[in-house]
Amino acid sequence: MPRLQKLFFILMVKPILLIVLGINLHHPERLPKDGPAVMIANHNSHMDTPLLMNLFPLSKLPNIRPIAAADYFFKTRWLAWFATNIMNIIPIARRGGKKEKDPLEPLSAALDRGEVLIFFPEGTRGEPEQMTELKSGLAHLIKRHPHVPVYPIFTHGLGKAMPKGDPLIVPFTANIHIGKPLYWQGDREQFMAAASDRFRMLREEGNYGEWE
Amino acid sequence: MTLLSDVMQTILDMNVWASPLVQVLLGIFVLLIIASIVNGLLKRSKPEKNFSEIGDRIRSWWFMAIVFSIATLIHENISLVFFAFLTYLALKEYFSMVPTRRADRKVLFFAYLSIPIQFLWIYMEWYGMFIIFIPIYMFLFLPIVMVFIGQTKGFLKSIGAIHWGIMLMVFGLSHLAYFLALPEAMNPLAGGAGFIIYLVILTQLNDVSQFLFGKMFGKRKIVPAVSPNKTWAGFLGGIGVTVLLALLLAPLLTPFTWVAAIGSGVLISIFGFIGDVNISALKRDIGIKDSGKALPGHGGILDRIDSLTYTAPLFFHFTNFF
Repeated sequence: MPRLQKLFFILMVKPILLIVLGINLHHPERLPKDGPAVMIANHNSHMDTPLLMNLFPLSKLPNIRPIAAADYFFKTRWLAWFATNIMNIIPIARRGGKKEKDPLEPLSAALDRGEVLIFFPEGTRGEPEQMTELKSGLAHLIKRHPHVPVYPIFTHGLGKAMPKGDPLIVPFTANIHIGKPLYWQGDREQFMAAASDRFRMLREEGNYGEWE
Repeated sequence: MTLLSDVMQTILDMNVWASPLVQVLLGIFVLLIIASIVNGLLKRSKPEKNFSEIGDRIRSWWFMAIVFSIATLIHENISLVFFAFLTYLALKEYFSMVPTRRADRKVLFFAYLSIPIQFLWIYMEWYGMFIIFIPIYMFLFLPIVMVFIGQTKGFLKSIGAIHWGIMLMVFGLSHLAYFLALPEAMNPLAGGAGFIIYLVILTQLNDVSQFLFGKMFGKRKIVPAVSPNKTWAGFLGGIGVTVLLALLLAPLLTPFTWVAAIGSGVLISIFGFIGDVNISALKRDIGIKDSGKALPGHGGILDRIDSLTYTAPLFFHFTNFF
């Protein structure tokens, strides 16, 4: 339902991002114009996904696919409807699911169609404004698509504005740092180390103190 | 169609163009047109030089001048909402910039809440409450919230940063809006909006002329440890231009005698400088250059209105002497 999605972004996402939060976008010129591409970002808040989708023009929205955990987003019928039709997610089974099907297959297919994937390699939303170790599921996917660029995106501030488990929203400006793209180099550990390194460098651009 | 014809009628109506507020703002647009043309010519004559930052700056000035004109000319209530929103943006930039603690989220929420309440006093024209609400009631209330949250580590640093922020941003900037609540008799010619336009134009042009004079003649630095770009030449050039403009605009926008006009020019020029370096010292302490990216070429909102955090309350109380 691209029309409903567009309406949701115009009436809800954009006003919240512009008025309640505010965005400082660093290196916007690095953003890809089109897919296939993978955006990997740190995960602090439910607003992360709309924030990253909003980096692209409205006309591109149907092409932007966040990757989300099936068990969380298909918990209720309403949430499932919202996740599928408005957020346009690709659901994946987290570890411990049935092993009969290849879990990365739908992601590969999306990249083959030229779509942009949004991926949170930390897994779940962590403690606000703290990065945890990156999970390597990402590497398995990129290995199959060595020519697809992977853009590390470091965001800061959303975890302060609306952290996990706290209904109170407090305005904070979100900073988004777009990194230069990474490519698969033939080695899983090397790739994950390069990604972590990029994130650390992007974080250092901002001179953000610890959030005590 | 009737609405459209009403608007047309208003634009064609000679009274609109006779208003000194409209004339002064038109003057600003003439200045901007000249700046855009000069910038375009410079770009063409020296293609090897990079003028993109100046271009960004001028474009942002266009944007600010248009928004400011709409906000001040149409209706007082629109002006109030605009200044409340501006205050909110400034405070948001400040809170996003300074270190805050996780435990302070609720305190910050109440600090933001002080904005609509402060502007409500202005709407009610309740001067007594307007002038004590933040320095007394918010000052005493916020520590109570913090005490009940119970996080004592970093207590003083945190409450200090929050108080300083709402004093400068909310209390200081809301003085701009209180001009609207002053009685007609204070400024029969141009009203509260006249004072606001006078103050904002002088403060901003003081910034611009300090910048230009500093670039052209600046050598000796005033406060090198805080802001290496501020020079005596810039400062004195700023005073000269601002006093001249203050004299020129006073008969259009204010009831001031020439003595009061010179006084305003000197006051706005000196304290515009102080407001600017005050925020510079803060940014230097935190280790950042711009407070945000909202205004291309300038930085954040706060980078543009830092001078007003000093000039607005000081000029407001200065007008009450005359």
